[in-house]
Amino acid sequence: MKTKHKKIDYAKWGYLFILPFFVSFFIFSFIPLVDTVRYSFFEYYRSGIKEVGPNFIGLANYISLLGSDLLKYAGNTMILWIIGFIPQIVIALLLAEWFVDARLKIHGTQFFKVVIYLPNLIMASAFAMLFFTMFSTNGPINSILMSMGWIQQPVDFLGSVFGTRSLVGLMNFLMWFGNSTIMLMAAIMGISPDIFEASELDGCNSIQRFFYITLPQIRPILAYTLITSIIGGLQMFDVPQILTNGQGTPDRTSMTLIMFLNSHLKSKNYGMAGALSVYLFIVSGILCFVVYRMTNNDDPDGSKAAAKKAKKQRRA
Amino acid sequence: MKSKGPNQLRSIFAHIVLIILSFMCLFFFYILFVNATRSHADLQKGFSALPGSYFLENLKNVANDGTFPMFRGILNSLVVSGCSAAICTYFSALTAYGLYAYNFKCKKVAFTFIMAILVMPTQVTAMGFLRLVTNMGMYDSLLPLIIPSIASPSVFYFMYSYLQSSLPLSLVEAARIDGSGEFKTFNRIVLPIMKPAVAVQAIFTFVGSWNNYFVPALVIQSKDKMTVPILIATLRGADYMNFDMGKIYMMILVAIVPIILVYLLLSKYIIAGVTLGGVKE
Repeated sequence: MKTKHKKIDYAKWGYLFILPFFVSFFIFSFIPLVDTVRYSFFEYYRSGIKEVGPNFIGLANYISLLGSDLLKYAGNTMILWIIGFIPQIVIALLLAEWFVDARLKIHGTQFFKVVIYLPNLIMASAFAMLFFTMFSTNGPINSILMSMGWIQQPVDFLGSVFGTRSLVGLMNFLMWFGNSTIMLMAAIMGISPDIFEASELDGCNSIQRFFYITLPQIRPILAYTLITSIIGGLQMFDVPQILTNGQGTPDRTSMTLIMFLNSHLKSKNYGMAGALSVYLFIVSGILCFVVYRMTNNDDPDGSKAAAKKAKKQRRA
Repeated sequence: MKSKGPNQLRSIFAHIVLIILSFMCLFFFYILFVNATRSHADLQKGFSALPGSYFLENLKNVANDGTFPMFRGILNSLVVSGCSAAICTYFSALTAYGLYAYNFKCKKVAFTFIMAILVMPTQVTAMGFLRLVTNMGMYDSLLPLIIPSIASPSVFYFMYSYLQSSLPLSLVEAARIDGSGEFKTFNRIVLPIMKPAVAVQAIFTFVGSWNNYFVPALVIQSKDKMTVPILIATLRGADYMNFDMGKIYMMILVAIVPIILVYLLLSKYIIAGVTLGGVKE
Protein backbone atom coordinates (compact mmCIF):
# COMPACT_ATOMS: atom_id res chain seq x y z
CA MET A 1 0.00 0.00 0.00
CA LYS A 2 1.21 3.40 -0.96
CA THR A 3 0.13 5.31 2.13
CA LYS A 4 1.60 2.86 4.65
CA HIS A 5 4.69 4.78 5.67
CA LYS A 6 2.92 8.04 6.29
CA LYS A 7 3.50 10.10 9.40
CA ILE A 8 0.11 11.78 9.62
CA ASP A 9 -2.72 9.40 10.26
CA TYR A 10 -5.53 9.91 7.79
CA ALA A 11 -7.60 6.97 9.00
CA LYS A 12 -10.05 9.16 10.87
CA TRP A 13 -10.99 10.86 7.58
CA GLY A 14 -11.80 7.51 6.08
CA TYR A 15 -14.15 6.76 8.98
CA LEU A 16 -15.66 10.22 8.76
CA PHE A 17 -16.36 9.91 5.04
CA ILE A 18 -18.09 6.57 5.26
CA LEU A 19 -20.02 7.56 8.39
CA PRO A 20 -23.13 9.08 6.70
CA PHE A 21 -23.68 5.92 4.66
CA PHE A 22 -23.52 3.63 7.65
CA VAL A 23 -25.55 5.88 9.95
CA SER A 24 -28.26 6.14 7.31
CA PHE A 25 -28.13 2.40 6.68
CA PHE A 26 -28.28 1.66 10.40
CA ILE A 27 -31.30 3.90 11.00
CA PHE A 28 -33.34 3.25 7.88
CA SER A 29 -32.50 -0.36 7.09
CA PHE A 30 -30.98 -2.12 10.08
CA ILE A 31 -33.36 -0.94 12.82
CA PRO A 32 -36.39 -1.66 10.57
CA LEU A 33 -34.99 -5.11 9.84
CA VAL A 34 -34.58 -5.94 13.54
CA ASP A 35 -38.03 -4.56 14.25
CA THR A 36 -39.50 -6.62 11.42
CA VAL A 37 -37.89 -9.82 12.68
CA ARG A 38 -38.97 -9.07 16.28
CA TYR A 39 -42.62 -8.52 15.42
CA SER A 40 -42.74 -11.62 13.28
CA PHE A 41 -42.89 -13.56 16.57
CA PHE A 42 -45.79 -11.51 17.91
CA GLU A 43 -49.51 -11.53 17.47
CA TYR A 44 -50.01 -7.92 16.50
CA TYR A 45 -52.79 -6.70 14.29
CA ARG A 46 -55.64 -4.27 14.11
CA SER A 47 -59.24 -5.32 13.67
CA GLY A 48 -61.46 -2.32 13.23
CA ILE A 49 -60.23 0.28 15.71
CA LYS A 50 -59.15 -2.32 18.26
CA GLU A 51 -55.46 -3.16 18.39
CA VAL A 52 -54.63 -6.75 19.28
CA GLY A 53 -51.25 -7.50 20.82
CA PRO A 54 -48.39 -7.40 20.70
CA ASN A 55 -48.42 -10.84 22.34
CA PHE A 56 -45.51 -13.22 21.93
CA ILE A 57 -46.67 -16.30 20.05
CA GLY A 58 -43.39 -17.81 18.84
CA LEU A 59 -43.46 -19.26 15.38
CA ALA A 60 -47.25 -19.26 15.01
CA ASN A 61 -47.19 -16.52 12.35
CA TYR A 62 -44.73 -18.49 10.25
CA ILE A 63 -46.80 -21.64 10.52
CA SER A 64 -50.11 -19.97 9.73
CA LEU A 65 -48.51 -18.24 6.75
CA LEU A 66 -47.46 -21.61 5.36
CA GLY A 67 -51.03 -22.80 5.89
CA SER A 68 -52.43 -19.76 4.05
CA ASP A 69 -52.01 -18.96 0.39
CA LEU A 70 -48.32 -18.09 0.67
CA LEU A 71 -47.20 -20.94 -1.56
CA LYS A 72 -49.85 -20.10 -4.13
CA TYR A 73 -48.59 -16.51 -4.27
CA ALA A 74 -45.00 -17.70 -4.50
CA GLY A 75 -46.10 -19.86 -7.43
CA ASN A 76 -47.87 -16.91 -9.06
CA THR A 77 -44.78 -14.74 -8.68
CA MET A 78 -42.65 -17.42 -10.27
CA ILE A 79 -45.05 -17.98 -13.18
CA LEU A 80 -45.32 -14.24 -13.88
CA TRP A 81 -41.55 -13.92 -13.74
CA ILE A 82 -40.96 -16.86 -16.10
CA ILE A 83 -43.52 -15.62 -18.67
CA GLY A 84 -41.57 -12.38 -18.88
CA PHE A 85 -38.05 -13.70 -18.46
CA ILE A 86 -37.85 -16.44 -21.08
CA PRO A 87 -38.74 -14.28 -24.12
CA GLN A 88 -36.67 -11.50 -22.58
CA ILE A 89 -33.44 -13.47 -22.39
CA VAL A 90 -33.94 -15.19 -25.76
CA ILE A 91 -34.63 -11.93 -27.59
CA ALA A 92 -31.88 -10.12 -25.71
CA LEU A 93 -29.30 -12.76 -26.68
CA LEU A 94 -30.40 -12.65 -30.29
CA LEU A 95 -30.34 -8.85 -30.49
CA ALA A 96 -27.02 -8.57 -28.68
CA GLU A 97 -25.47 -11.06 -31.09
CA TRP A 98 -26.85 -9.14 -34.09
CA PHE A 99 -25.81 -5.73 -32.86
CA VAL A 100 -22.25 -6.91 -32.36
CA ASP A 101 -22.00 -8.82 -35.63
CA ALA A 102 -20.45 -6.34 -38.07
CA ARG A 103 -21.24 -8.55 -41.07
CA LEU A 104 -24.97 -8.02 -40.62
CA LYS A 105 -24.55 -4.26 -41.13
CA ILE A 106 -27.48 -3.32 -38.91
CA HIS A 107 -28.64 0.17 -39.83
CA GLY A 108 -29.57 2.65 -37.13
CA THR A 109 -28.13 0.64 -34.23
CA GLN A 110 -28.25 3.68 -31.97
CA PHE A 111 -31.89 4.33 -32.83
CA PHE A 112 -32.91 0.75 -32.06
CA LYS A 113 -30.98 0.79 -28.81
CA VAL A 114 -32.67 4.01 -27.72
CA VAL A 115 -36.11 2.63 -28.59
CA ILE A 116 -35.77 -0.79 -26.94
CA TYR A 117 -34.36 0.71 -23.76
CA LEU A 118 -37.15 3.31 -23.50
CA PRO A 119 -39.78 1.13 -21.72
CA ASN A 120 -37.28 0.38 -18.95
CA LEU A 121 -37.43 3.99 -17.73
CA ILE A 122 -41.19 4.38 -17.91
CA MET A 123 -42.98 4.49 -14.60
CA ALA A 124 -44.20 0.93 -14.10
CA SER A 125 -47.40 2.06 -12.45
CA ALA A 126 -48.28 4.45 -15.29
CA PHE A 127 -47.39 1.75 -17.82
CA ALA A 128 -49.68 -0.71 -16.04
CA MET A 129 -52.46 1.88 -15.91
CA LEU A 130 -51.99 2.44 -19.65
CA PHE A 131 -52.26 -1.29 -20.32
CA PHE A 132 -55.31 -1.51 -18.13
CA THR A 133 -57.15 1.18 -20.10
CA MET A 134 -55.94 -0.11 -23.46
CA PHE A 135 -56.87 -3.73 -22.86
CA SER A 136 -60.20 -3.04 -21.15
CA THR A 137 -63.27 -4.35 -22.96
CA ASN A 138 -64.03 -0.99 -24.57
CA GLY A 139 -60.40 0.06 -24.93
CA PRO A 140 -58.45 0.77 -28.11
CA ILE A 141 -56.96 -2.73 -28.50
CA ASN A 142 -60.36 -4.37 -28.63
CA SER A 143 -61.60 -1.65 -30.94
CA ILE A 144 -58.63 -2.17 -33.30
CA LEU A 145 -59.08 -5.95 -33.31
CA MET A 146 -62.77 -5.59 -34.00
CA SER A 147 -62.40 -3.08 -36.81
CA MET A 148 -59.89 -5.45 -38.43
CA GLY A 149 -62.51 -8.15 -38.23
CA TRP A 150 -60.32 -10.51 -36.21
CA ILE A 151 -62.80 -10.80 -33.37
CA GLN A 152 -66.56 -10.37 -33.19
CA GLN A 153 -66.98 -9.75 -29.47
CA PRO A 154 -64.64 -7.66 -27.32
CA VAL A 155 -62.12 -9.88 -25.50
CA ASP A 156 -62.06 -9.50 -21.72
CA PHE A 157 -58.28 -9.74 -21.38
CA LEU A 158 -58.25 -8.94 -17.67
CA GLY A 159 -61.10 -11.31 -16.92
CA SER A 160 -59.13 -14.46 -17.69
CA VAL A 161 -56.18 -15.97 -15.86
CA PHE A 162 -54.29 -16.46 -19.09
CA GLY A 163 -54.96 -12.91 -20.30
CA THR A 164 -53.91 -11.20 -17.07
CA ARG A 165 -50.77 -13.27 -16.65
CA SER A 166 -49.80 -12.77 -20.28
CA LEU A 167 -50.24 -9.02 -19.97
CA VAL A 168 -48.04 -8.88 -16.86
CA GLY A 169 -45.48 -11.04 -18.65
CA LEU A 170 -45.64 -8.89 -21.78
CA MET A 171 -45.09 -5.72 -19.77
CA ASN A 172 -42.17 -7.20 -17.88
CA PHE A 173 -40.71 -8.39 -21.16
CA LEU A 174 -41.09 -4.97 -22.79
CA MET A 175 -39.63 -3.22 -19.79
CA TRP A 176 -36.56 -5.41 -19.41
CA PHE A 177 -35.44 -6.87 -22.74
CA GLY A 178 -33.70 -3.66 -23.78
CA ASN A 179 -31.75 -3.55 -20.56
CA SER A 180 -30.65 -7.20 -20.92
CA THR A 181 -29.73 -6.62 -24.56
CA ILE A 182 -27.39 -3.79 -23.64
CA MET A 183 -25.83 -5.76 -20.77
CA LEU A 184 -25.25 -8.83 -22.94
CA MET A 185 -23.96 -6.69 -25.80
CA ALA A 186 -21.26 -5.30 -23.56
CA ALA A 187 -20.41 -8.84 -22.52
CA ILE A 188 -20.13 -10.06 -26.12
CA MET A 189 -17.99 -7.09 -27.08
CA GLY A 190 -15.70 -7.98 -24.20
CA ILE A 191 -14.81 -11.31 -25.84
CA SER A 192 -11.40 -11.21 -27.49
CA PRO A 193 -11.80 -10.76 -31.26
CA ASP A 194 -8.98 -13.27 -31.75
CA ILE A 195 -11.31 -16.10 -30.76
CA PHE A 196 -13.86 -15.06 -33.37
CA GLU A 197 -11.19 -14.68 -36.04
CA ALA A 198 -9.76 -18.11 -35.28
CA SER A 199 -13.22 -19.66 -35.44
CA GLU A 200 -13.86 -18.00 -38.77
CA LEU A 201 -10.64 -19.43 -40.19
CA ASP A 202 -11.74 -22.84 -39.00
CA GLY A 203 -14.96 -22.44 -41.00
CA CYS A 204 -17.34 -21.97 -38.10
CA ASN A 205 -20.79 -20.75 -39.15
CA SER A 206 -22.79 -18.16 -37.22
CA ILE A 207 -24.98 -20.67 -35.38
CA GLN A 208 -21.99 -22.73 -34.27
CA ARG A 209 -20.21 -19.56 -33.28
CA PHE A 210 -23.13 -18.49 -31.14
CA PHE A 211 -23.47 -21.79 -29.29
CA TYR A 212 -19.84 -22.81 -28.99
CA ILE A 213 -18.10 -19.46 -28.51
CA THR A 214 -20.40 -16.60 -27.56
CA LEU A 215 -22.59 -18.44 -25.06
CA PRO A 216 -19.80 -20.11 -23.06
CA GLN A 217 -17.78 -16.87 -23.06
CA ILE A 218 -20.55 -14.71 -21.64
CA ARG A 219 -21.71 -17.29 -19.09
CA PRO A 220 -20.72 -15.16 -16.07
CA ILE A 221 -22.77 -12.17 -17.20
CA LEU A 222 -25.61 -14.43 -18.26
CA ALA A 223 -25.65 -15.91 -14.77
CA TYR A 224 -25.52 -12.44 -13.25
CA THR A 225 -28.45 -11.31 -15.40
CA LEU A 226 -30.39 -14.40 -14.35
CA ILE A 227 -29.84 -13.89 -10.61
CA THR A 228 -30.55 -10.15 -10.63
CA SER A 229 -33.66 -10.87 -12.68
CA ILE A 230 -34.81 -13.44 -10.10
CA ILE A 231 -34.31 -10.83 -7.36
CA GLY A 232 -36.27 -8.34 -9.47
CA GLY A 233 -38.99 -10.95 -10.05
CA LEU A 234 -39.25 -11.59 -6.33
CA GLN A 235 -39.94 -7.89 -5.86
CA MET A 236 -42.57 -7.78 -8.61
CA PHE A 237 -45.24 -5.40 -7.41
CA ASP A 238 -46.08 -2.26 -9.36
CA VAL A 239 -47.32 -3.88 -12.57
CA PRO A 240 -49.72 -6.53 -11.18
CA GLN A 241 -50.76 -4.23 -8.32
CA ILE A 242 -51.96 -1.46 -10.61
CA LEU A 243 -53.22 -3.76 -13.35
CA THR A 244 -55.49 -5.65 -10.96
CA ASN A 245 -56.03 -2.86 -8.43
CA GLY A 246 -54.23 -4.86 -5.73
CA GLN A 247 -56.72 -7.72 -5.95
CA GLY A 248 -54.63 -10.12 -8.03
CA THR A 249 -57.75 -10.85 -10.09
CA PRO A 250 -59.05 -13.18 -11.36
CA ASP A 251 -59.30 -15.23 -8.17
CA ARG A 252 -55.91 -14.02 -6.86
CA THR A 253 -54.05 -15.81 -9.66
CA SER A 254 -51.86 -12.77 -10.32
CA MET A 255 -51.18 -11.94 -6.66
CA THR A 256 -47.46 -11.70 -6.03
CA LEU A 257 -45.59 -12.05 -2.74
CA ILE A 258 -44.96 -8.33 -2.38
CA MET A 259 -48.62 -7.59 -3.13
CA PHE A 260 -49.45 -10.00 -0.29
CA LEU A 261 -47.00 -8.14 1.96
CA ASN A 262 -48.49 -4.83 0.90
CA SER A 263 -52.02 -5.93 1.78
CA HIS A 264 -50.85 -7.03 5.26
CA LEU A 265 -49.09 -3.69 5.74
CA LYS A 266 -52.12 -1.74 4.59
CA SER A 267 -54.36 -3.61 7.01
CA LYS A 268 -51.74 -3.10 9.73
CA ASN A 269 -51.28 -6.80 10.41
CA TYR A 270 -47.72 -6.31 11.57
CA GLY A 271 -47.16 -9.83 12.90
CA MET A 272 -47.99 -11.54 9.62
CA ALA A 273 -46.22 -8.88 7.58
CA GLY A 274 -43.12 -9.45 9.72
CA ALA A 275 -43.14 -13.20 9.22
CA LEU A 276 -43.65 -12.82 5.47
CA SER A 277 -40.79 -10.32 5.34
CA VAL A 278 -38.51 -12.78 7.10
CA TYR A 279 -39.32 -15.46 4.54
CA LEU A 280 -38.56 -12.98 1.76
CA PHE A 281 -35.42 -11.87 3.57
CA ILE A 282 -34.09 -15.42 3.74
CA VAL A 283 -34.69 -16.06 0.05
CA SER A 284 -33.23 -12.74 -1.08
CA GLY A 285 -30.32 -13.18 1.37
CA ILE A 286 -29.37 -16.40 -0.41
CA LEU A 287 -29.64 -14.67 -3.79
CA CYS A 288 -27.59 -11.72 -2.49
CA PHE A 289 -24.89 -14.13 -1.43
CA VAL A 290 -24.80 -15.60 -4.93
CA VAL A 291 -24.44 -12.11 -6.44
CA TYR A 292 -21.75 -11.28 -3.89
CA ARG A 293 -19.78 -14.35 -4.90
CA MET A 294 -20.14 -13.34 -8.56
CA THR A 295 -19.01 -9.75 -8.19
CA ASN A 296 -16.13 -10.56 -5.85
CA ASN A 297 -14.77 -13.70 -7.33
CA ASP A 298 -12.67 -14.38 -10.37
CA ASP A 299 -14.47 -17.68 -10.75
CA PRO A 300 -17.99 -16.32 -10.85
CA ASP A 301 -20.03 -19.26 -12.03
CA GLY A 302 -17.86 -22.02 -10.60
CA SER A 303 -16.70 -23.08 -14.04
CA LYS A 304 -13.03 -23.08 -13.08
CA ALA A 305 -13.67 -25.10 -9.95
CA ALA A 306 -15.69 -27.58 -11.99
CA ALA A 307 -12.94 -27.85 -14.57
CA LYS A 308 -10.38 -28.49 -11.84
CA LYS A 309 -12.56 -31.17 -10.30
CA ALA A 310 -13.07 -32.86 -13.65
CA LYS A 311 -9.32 -32.85 -14.24
CA LYS A 312 -8.69 -34.44 -10.87
CA GLN A 313 -11.22 -37.15 -11.56
CA ARG A 314 -9.65 -37.91 -14.89
CA ARG A 315 -6.28 -38.30 -13.26
CA ALA A 316 -7.57 -40.61 -10.56
CA MET B 1 -17.44 -14.01 -51.13
CA LYS B 2 -19.03 -17.32 -50.35
CA SER B 3 -20.76 -16.25 -47.13
CA LYS B 4 -22.46 -13.21 -48.57
CA GLY B 5 -25.80 -14.89 -49.31
CA PRO B 6 -26.69 -16.22 -45.86
CA ASN B 7 -25.44 -13.05 -44.19
CA GLN B 8 -27.67 -10.91 -46.34
CA LEU B 9 -30.66 -13.08 -45.49
CA ARG B 10 -29.79 -12.95 -41.79
CA SER B 11 -29.39 -9.19 -42.04
CA ILE B 12 -32.87 -8.78 -43.53
CA PHE B 13 -34.34 -11.08 -40.90
CA ALA B 14 -32.56 -9.12 -38.13
CA HIS B 15 -33.92 -5.85 -39.41
CA ILE B 16 -37.46 -7.21 -39.58
CA VAL B 17 -37.29 -8.48 -35.98
CA LEU B 18 -35.83 -5.18 -34.81
CA ILE B 19 -38.55 -3.19 -36.52
CA ILE B 20 -41.26 -5.40 -35.01
CA LEU B 21 -39.78 -5.00 -31.53
CA SER B 22 -39.39 -1.24 -31.93
CA PHE B 23 -42.96 -1.10 -33.14
CA MET B 24 -44.07 -2.97 -30.01
CA CYS B 25 -42.17 -0.52 -27.82
CA LEU B 26 -43.51 2.59 -29.50
CA PHE B 27 -47.02 1.44 -30.41
CA PHE B 28 -48.40 1.80 -26.88
CA PHE B 29 -46.96 5.26 -26.48
CA TYR B 30 -48.40 6.26 -29.80
CA ILE B 31 -51.87 5.10 -28.76
CA LEU B 32 -51.42 6.96 -25.48
CA PHE B 33 -50.47 10.13 -27.29
CA VAL B 34 -53.29 9.90 -29.83
CA ASN B 35 -55.91 9.16 -27.20
CA ALA B 36 -54.69 11.99 -25.01
CA THR B 37 -55.52 14.38 -27.85
CA ARG B 38 -59.10 13.18 -28.30
CA SER B 39 -62.29 14.01 -26.45
CA HIS B 40 -64.28 11.55 -24.39
CA ALA B 41 -67.03 11.39 -27.01
CA ASP B 42 -64.52 10.63 -29.79
CA LEU B 43 -62.89 7.92 -27.69
CA GLN B 44 -66.22 6.15 -27.18
CA LYS B 45 -66.67 5.87 -30.95
CA GLY B 46 -63.61 3.69 -31.34
CA PHE B 47 -59.95 3.96 -32.09
CA SER B 48 -58.51 6.31 -34.67
CA ALA B 49 -54.88 6.39 -35.75
CA LEU B 50 -54.82 10.15 -36.15
CA PRO B 51 -54.55 12.61 -33.28
CA GLY B 52 -57.54 14.75 -32.41
CA SER B 53 -57.67 18.40 -31.41
CA TYR B 54 -58.53 18.11 -27.72
CA PHE B 55 -54.95 18.12 -26.43
CA LEU B 56 -55.11 21.49 -24.69
CA GLU B 57 -58.64 20.87 -23.48
CA ASN B 58 -57.61 17.59 -21.83
CA LEU B 59 -54.51 19.19 -20.38
CA LYS B 60 -56.62 21.97 -18.88
CA ASN B 61 -59.02 19.39 -17.40
CA VAL B 62 -56.12 17.53 -15.79
CA ALA B 63 -54.64 20.75 -14.41
CA ASN B 64 -57.96 21.83 -12.88
CA ASP B 65 -58.90 18.47 -11.37
CA GLY B 66 -58.97 18.82 -7.59
CA THR B 67 -59.42 15.11 -6.82
CA PHE B 68 -56.27 14.12 -8.71
CA PRO B 69 -53.82 17.01 -8.27
CA MET B 70 -51.53 15.80 -11.04
CA PHE B 71 -49.34 18.88 -11.30
CA ARG B 72 -48.97 19.09 -7.54
CA GLY B 73 -47.94 15.42 -7.74
CA ILE B 74 -45.38 16.17 -10.42
CA LEU B 75 -43.96 18.94 -8.24
CA ASN B 76 -43.75 16.57 -5.24
CA SER B 77 -42.12 13.92 -7.42
CA LEU B 78 -39.63 16.47 -8.75
CA VAL B 79 -38.68 17.50 -5.20
CA VAL B 80 -38.31 13.93 -3.98
CA SER B 81 -36.43 12.67 -7.05
CA GLY B 82 -34.20 15.75 -7.32
CA CYS B 83 -33.20 15.70 -3.66
CA SER B 84 -32.72 11.92 -3.68
CA ALA B 85 -30.50 12.11 -6.75
CA ALA B 86 -28.41 14.90 -5.23
CA ILE B 87 -27.80 13.42 -1.79
CA CYS B 88 -27.55 9.86 -3.08
CA THR B 89 -24.79 10.64 -5.57
CA TYR B 90 -22.93 12.99 -3.20
CA PHE B 91 -22.84 10.62 -0.25
CA SER B 92 -22.18 7.57 -2.41
CA ALA B 93 -19.21 9.36 -3.94
CA LEU B 94 -18.05 10.38 -0.46
CA THR B 95 -18.35 6.81 0.83
CA ALA B 96 -16.57 5.42 -2.22
CA TYR B 97 -13.76 7.94 -1.82
CA GLY B 98 -13.48 7.19 1.89
CA LEU B 99 -13.08 3.50 1.21
CA TYR B 100 -10.84 3.97 -1.82
CA ALA B 101 -8.36 6.61 -0.69
CA TYR B 102 -7.85 5.84 3.01
CA ASN B 103 -6.49 2.92 4.91
CA PHE B 104 -8.13 2.04 8.16
CA LYS B 105 -8.85 -1.01 10.22
CA CYS B 106 -12.46 -1.62 9.27
CA LYS B 107 -11.98 -0.82 5.59
CA LYS B 108 -12.23 -4.40 4.40
CA VAL B 109 -15.18 -5.19 6.66
CA ALA B 110 -17.05 -2.07 5.54
CA PHE B 111 -16.48 -2.84 1.87
CA THR B 112 -17.50 -6.49 2.21
CA PHE B 113 -20.60 -5.44 4.10
CA ILE B 114 -21.74 -3.02 1.41
CA MET B 115 -21.11 -5.61 -1.29
CA ALA B 116 -23.13 -8.16 0.66
CA ILE B 117 -26.21 -5.92 0.74
CA LEU B 118 -25.73 -4.79 -2.87
CA VAL B 119 -28.96 -6.22 -4.24
CA MET B 120 -30.99 -6.52 -1.04
CA PRO B 121 -34.63 -5.65 -1.77
CA THR B 122 -35.92 -2.73 0.32
CA GLN B 123 -39.31 -4.39 0.62
CA VAL B 124 -38.16 -6.88 3.24
CA THR B 125 -37.63 -4.11 5.79
CA ALA B 126 -40.72 -2.15 4.75
CA MET B 127 -42.71 -3.13 7.81
CA GLY B 128 -40.07 -1.95 10.28
CA PHE B 129 -39.43 1.11 8.13
CA LEU B 130 -43.08 2.09 8.28
CA ARG B 131 -43.12 1.74 12.07
CA LEU B 132 -39.86 3.65 12.43
CA VAL B 133 -41.10 6.49 10.25
CA THR B 134 -44.32 6.66 12.25
CA ASN B 135 -42.44 6.72 15.55
CA MET B 136 -40.10 9.43 14.32
CA GLY B 137 -43.11 11.58 13.39
CA MET B 138 -42.19 11.52 9.71
CA TYR B 139 -45.30 9.64 8.59
CA ASP B 140 -47.03 11.41 5.71
CA SER B 141 -44.05 13.58 4.86
CA LEU B 142 -41.63 13.56 1.94
CA LEU B 143 -38.51 13.28 4.11
CA PRO B 144 -38.54 9.47 4.57
CA LEU B 145 -38.59 9.16 0.79
CA ILE B 146 -35.43 11.25 0.47
CA ILE B 147 -33.09 10.67 3.43
CA PRO B 148 -32.65 6.86 3.16
CA SER B 149 -31.13 7.29 -0.31
CA ILE B 150 -27.88 8.34 1.41
CA ALA B 151 -27.17 4.62 1.73
CA SER B 152 -27.39 3.20 -1.79
CA PRO B 153 -25.05 0.23 -2.15
CA SER B 154 -25.34 -0.08 -5.92
CA VAL B 155 -24.54 3.60 -6.52
CA PHE B 156 -21.62 3.26 -4.13
CA TYR B 157 -20.33 0.28 -6.08
CA PHE B 158 -20.54 2.22 -9.34
CA MET B 159 -18.66 5.17 -7.85
CA TYR B 160 -16.05 2.88 -6.36
CA SER B 161 -15.41 1.18 -9.71
CA TYR B 162 -15.13 4.58 -11.32
CA LEU B 163 -12.62 5.82 -8.75
CA GLN B 164 -10.53 2.71 -9.24
CA SER B 165 -10.25 3.41 -12.93
CA SER B 166 -9.83 7.17 -12.91
CA LEU B 167 -8.41 8.59 -9.69
CA PRO B 168 -4.67 8.15 -9.17
CA LEU B 169 -3.86 8.38 -5.46
CA SER B 170 -0.84 10.53 -6.32
CA LEU B 171 -3.28 13.32 -7.12
CA VAL B 172 -4.61 13.17 -3.57
CA GLU B 173 -1.02 13.21 -2.26
CA ALA B 174 -0.25 16.24 -4.39
CA ALA B 175 -3.27 18.07 -3.01
CA ARG B 176 -2.10 17.26 0.52
CA ILE B 177 1.35 18.65 -0.16
CA ASP B 178 -0.26 21.81 -1.45
CA GLY B 179 -2.00 22.11 1.90
CA SER B 180 -5.50 21.20 0.87
CA GLY B 181 -7.69 19.83 3.67
CA GLU B 182 -9.12 16.33 3.21
CA PHE B 183 -12.71 17.47 2.87
CA LYS B 184 -11.74 20.26 0.52
CA THR B 185 -9.75 17.79 -1.59
CA PHE B 186 -12.86 15.70 -2.01
CA ASN B 187 -15.11 18.61 -2.94
CA ARG B 188 -12.69 20.51 -5.15
CA ILE B 189 -10.60 17.80 -6.79
CA VAL B 190 -12.19 14.37 -6.50
CA LEU B 191 -15.80 15.35 -7.15
CA PRO B 192 -15.03 17.19 -10.42
CA ILE B 193 -13.09 14.13 -11.62
CA MET B 194 -16.09 11.96 -10.81
CA LYS B 195 -18.50 14.21 -12.71
CA PRO B 196 -19.33 11.66 -15.45
CA ALA B 197 -20.09 8.94 -12.90
CA VAL B 198 -22.10 11.33 -10.77
CA ALA B 199 -24.13 12.46 -13.80
CA VAL B 200 -24.99 8.91 -14.87
CA GLN B 201 -25.94 7.82 -11.38
CA ALA B 202 -27.91 11.02 -10.76
CA ILE B 203 -30.05 10.20 -13.80
CA PHE B 204 -30.65 6.62 -12.69
CA THR B 205 -31.42 7.60 -9.10
CA PHE B 206 -33.76 10.32 -10.32
CA VAL B 207 -35.63 7.94 -12.60
CA GLY B 208 -35.76 5.21 -9.95
CA SER B 209 -37.12 7.61 -7.39
CA TRP B 210 -39.58 9.13 -9.87
CA ASN B 211 -41.01 5.70 -10.64
CA ASN B 212 -40.93 4.35 -7.08
CA TYR B 213 -44.32 3.27 -5.87
CA PHE B 214 -44.08 0.74 -3.04
CA VAL B 215 -42.56 2.81 -0.21
CA PRO B 216 -44.25 6.17 -1.02
CA ALA B 217 -47.63 4.42 -1.14
CA LEU B 218 -47.06 3.18 2.42
CA VAL B 219 -45.76 6.47 3.82
CA ILE B 220 -47.84 9.16 2.12
CA GLN B 221 -51.44 9.70 3.17
CA SER B 222 -52.62 13.20 2.30
CA LYS B 223 -53.50 14.24 -1.21
CA ASP B 224 -51.25 17.29 -1.46
CA LYS B 225 -48.14 15.21 -0.67
CA MET B 226 -48.78 12.35 -3.09
CA THR B 227 -46.20 11.61 -5.73
CA VAL B 228 -47.15 10.73 -9.30
CA PRO B 229 -47.19 6.90 -8.98
CA ILE B 230 -49.55 7.08 -5.98
CA LEU B 231 -51.90 9.35 -7.92
CA ILE B 232 -51.90 6.87 -10.79
CA ALA B 233 -52.74 4.09 -8.33
CA THR B 234 -55.57 6.15 -6.81
CA LEU B 235 -56.84 6.74 -10.32
CA ARG B 236 -56.88 2.98 -10.87
CA GLY B 237 -58.70 2.43 -7.60
CA ALA B 238 -61.38 5.05 -8.32
CA ASP B 239 -64.64 4.26 -10.05
CA TYR B 240 -63.04 5.09 -13.28
CA MET B 241 -65.60 4.05 -15.84
CA ASN B 242 -67.50 7.28 -15.20
CA PHE B 243 -64.48 9.43 -15.93
CA ASP B 244 -63.57 11.44 -18.96
CA MET B 245 -61.31 8.97 -20.77
CA GLY B 246 -59.42 11.72 -22.58
CA LYS B 247 -58.44 13.09 -19.20
CA ILE B 248 -57.26 9.69 -17.99
CA TYR B 249 -54.97 9.27 -21.00
CA MET B 250 -53.70 12.78 -20.46
CA MET B 251 -52.91 12.00 -16.81
CA ILE B 252 -50.87 8.96 -17.82
CA LEU B 253 -49.16 11.06 -20.46
CA VAL B 254 -48.09 13.82 -18.07
CA ALA B 255 -46.84 11.15 -15.64
CA ILE B 256 -44.38 9.68 -18.13
CA VAL B 257 -43.52 12.63 -20.36
CA PRO B 258 -40.91 14.22 -18.06
CA ILE B 259 -38.86 11.02 -18.03
CA ILE B 260 -39.21 10.54 -21.80
CA LEU B 261 -37.93 14.09 -22.36
CA VAL B 262 -34.95 13.53 -20.07
CA TYR B 263 -34.29 10.24 -21.81
CA LEU B 264 -34.41 11.67 -25.33
CA LEU B 265 -31.96 14.41 -24.35
CA LEU B 266 -29.54 12.13 -22.51
CA SER B 267 -30.11 8.72 -24.14
CA LYS B 268 -26.47 8.42 -25.21
CA TYR B 269 -25.17 8.73 -21.67
CA ILE B 270 -27.95 6.64 -20.18
CA ILE B 271 -27.34 3.70 -22.50
CA ALA B 272 -23.59 3.92 -21.96
CA GLY B 273 -24.25 4.05 -18.22
CA VAL B 274 -26.32 0.85 -18.10
CA THR B 275 -23.34 -1.43 -18.48
CA LEU B 276 -20.84 0.49 -16.39
CA GLY B 277 -20.54 -0.80 -12.88
CA GLY B 278 -22.37 -3.98 -13.78
CA VAL B 279 -20.20 -7.02 -13.50
CA LYS B 280 -16.47 -6.68 -13.22
CA GLU B 281 -14.88 -7.92 -16.39
